[in-house]
Amino acid sequence: MSAPLTSLHRCCQRSALLLHVARQRWSSSSASPPPLHTRLLLFLTQRFYDVEMLLSWRSQLMRNQLQKKNAYYGYTQRFYGLDLASAYFILSLKGGFRFAGQSEWFYADQKGKFSWDFLNHKDTLLEEVDMSYTVINYRGLCNLEGQRSLRTLKLRGCPEVDDWLLARLHVFQDSLEDLDISHCPRITTGGLAALRNLKGLKRLDVSSLPGILSPGLVIILLEEMLPQCQITATGYDYSLNDAQGEEEEEHMQRQR
Amino acid sequence: MSAWRLRVKLRSATGLLVSTRPTQRHTSPYGPLTLCRSLSTGSHLRNEFFKDLEAQLAAFRKKAADALPGSSWSPLQINPNLPPERADIVIVGGGVLGWSIAYWLKQKEMVRGGVRVLVVEKDPTYSQASTVLSAGGIRQQFSLLENIHLSLASADFMRNINEHLGVLNEDPVDLQFNQSGYLFLASEEVAHIMEENYSTQRYAGAKVSLLSPTQLKQKFPWLNTDGVVLASYGLENEGWFDPWTLLNAFRRKAISMGVIQCCGEVTDFKYTTDVLRTASGDTVDLKRIGSVKVQMPNSLEYQPVECAIVVNAAGAFSGKLTEMLGIGSGPKDSIAGIPLPVEPRKRYVYVVHCPDGPGLDSPFLIDYSGVYFRREGLGGNYIAGVSPEEAEEPDTSNLEVDYQFFEEKVWPCLAHRVPAFEKLKVTSAWAGFYDYNTFDQNGIIGIHPLINNMYLATGFSGHGLQHSPAVGRAVAELILDGNFKTIDLSNFSFRRILTQEPMLEINIV
Repeated sequence: MSAPLTSLHRCCQRSALLLHVARQRWSSSSASPPPLHTRLLLFLTQRFYDVEMLLSWRSQLMRNQLQKKNAYYGYTQRFYGLDLASAYFILSLKGGFRFAGQSEWFYADQKGKFSWDFLNHKDTLLEEVDMSYTVINYRGLCNLEGQRSLRTLKLRGCPEVDDWLLARLHVFQDSLEDLDISHCPRITTGGLAALRNLKGLKRLDVSSLPGILSPGLVIILLEEMLPQCQITATGYDYSLNDAQGEEEEEHMQRQR
Repeated sequence: MSAWRLRVKLRSATGLLVSTRPTQRHTSPYGPLTLCRSLSTGSHLRNEFFKDLEAQLAAFRKKAADALPGSSWSPLQINPNLPPERADIVIVGGGVLGWSIAYWLKQKEMVRGGVRVLVVEKDPTYSQASTVLSAGGIRQQFSLLENIHLSLASADFMRNINEHLGVLNEDPVDLQFNQSGYLFLASEEVAHIMEENYSTQRYAGAKVSLLSPTQLKQKFPWLNTDGVVLASYGLENEGWFDPWTLLNAFRRKAISMGVIQCCGEVTDFKYTTDVLRTASGDTVDLKRIGSVKVQMPNSLEYQPVECAIVVNAAGAFSGKLTEMLGIGSGPKDSIAGIPLPVEPRKRYVYVVHCPDGPGLDSPFLIDYSGVYFRREGLGGNYIAGVSPEEAEEPDTSNLEVDYQFFEEKVWPCLAHRVPAFEKLKVTSAWAGFYDYNTFDQNGIIGIHPLINNMYLATGFSGHGLQHSPAVGRAVAELILDGNFKTIDLSNFSFRRILTQEPMLEINIV
């Protein structure tokens, strides 16, 4: 019996607050218009489909920009050859690479500036490519497809690397030895199954992949799938589930 | 009950109340639950009476307002689930193909709201629909160029699925695509067919590789290569995914673009007939559908929907739909005597558990005997099955599973091919219908020659799901642009059934 009265009390308070706010709003509208941002928000709430259109334009624009960055460098390939085109693509996306037979790395800095010395090495294959934290995606990988002697590929923390790109890595199946796909948010277990083609892989880094749901099991299956490969898988919480954890805590407390 | 009345009172009270009377707060040593407990019942009953009075007065006022003219209340209850009275395009069948066509129609319309599309599905639980009961695989290893192109286009679509089917403020679509590839095994008699198909597939752009028995043994040590002379392995764009997710993604996006969904069954058509005479004097009846009768589930209520175009995407039940229009009931040697050669065929899928089976790299393996299996999840579960012989087709009146079939037909071949499967346990099974094209087991896409405005998109015999995005686009192009624009599927038209020229898949199974 008291419970409905307390709820009544709360409802009365809330309705009083509502009335107060409404009274304030109507009184304030008669005195002065509400601030600009409130008026803007009220205006937008009346126009749902326009806002939806603007937001979809925005996402379409961002997608177009991404696709432009990952476009096929056809002209560069035609004038400078496959390898220099791949090199130019990597540098435009702010990555780095090392030619086969050379020991120095060519990098682009934060602002995207790079030295044009790499043009001196014509027709030299790329051996190691570092595209960590770049926006490379499935489309962009076609620029690297000609590199049949690629040994190391680092794709750490790339936001656009997904399962389909992993499936495309089969073009490097003969030469690839070192692959780093840690911290990529879009990779899931189905994509890791695509690594079955890379039988020559010696080192694989699959740390901290948020898309994998049961990391312990997946890592074991990966190890079975690629027996010659050394797999690094840090950054996962392999602890037991909550109930068992609490029991352990109680046990430890009792011991103290 | 009293709490409800209190809330009702307060909602109406916000407009009527001028001042509120806060209840008194008594502090008590026993906590807040025991405050406001009065011992007399008189004041309480009086309060209740007044609260009820307010509620009754509000209800009375509302009823009076409704009864007066100018309000939208009417004593006649109209079923809100009825489809609209008029629609431009009615798609019969709410499976993945039906919704794919609906999505592409809305995607390709030139102006917003240009076409009014209605999708009619008789079973919203999808209990017998082929889409959700399918194994969900996609492959490019076909022998017909059109099929390979359809698969490649569909894989392309699924790669960019969020670009196509992403809805603002909703979760992104996750198809759970396993990029595991298909593996076809060929014996000596059929190895040449596999080689020819391989060159066609490479020409079309599919990434397939041929493997010898030694390479097979190296790649898949759990495989018994006895009797295998050649194997064809898909490297990219092949695997399996979740068909329910794809269906729901298409549905969600199509509904967000304005497609109307209706739960009901198409039981009749109203059509006009034009009787034409051929040069030799025979008559040909050309029909034009004027309206579709949609009957509500478990009820005699129906709604005739006037439409301009009807799309037959009813899958296994498409034959029944064309029968309603008299296709197949004409004289035997005329066009009207040829029925739509699509009928349901039951196929069993068995879920087995084998802890020592192939691991993460196990592909969708299809043996030359017809037996297939694929990994399901990470816990050592697999899905297996086989297509029965023509003479032993199971009864299609229900979806009951015959476990004897597994023991006799599936297990021996499986155990022979993968020795680890000798020790397995069947955990469960299900059955689903193929929309089986009895003529040549490939889809029928296009207008029916005798019904001017019925488009067919059915008869895919097991490949409907994997081709659904591309076929949906093709049918939308047919309807809106008049002809195929991206992939030319004119070889899949109904014409080949009239001229009796089958487009057979020369596969090894």
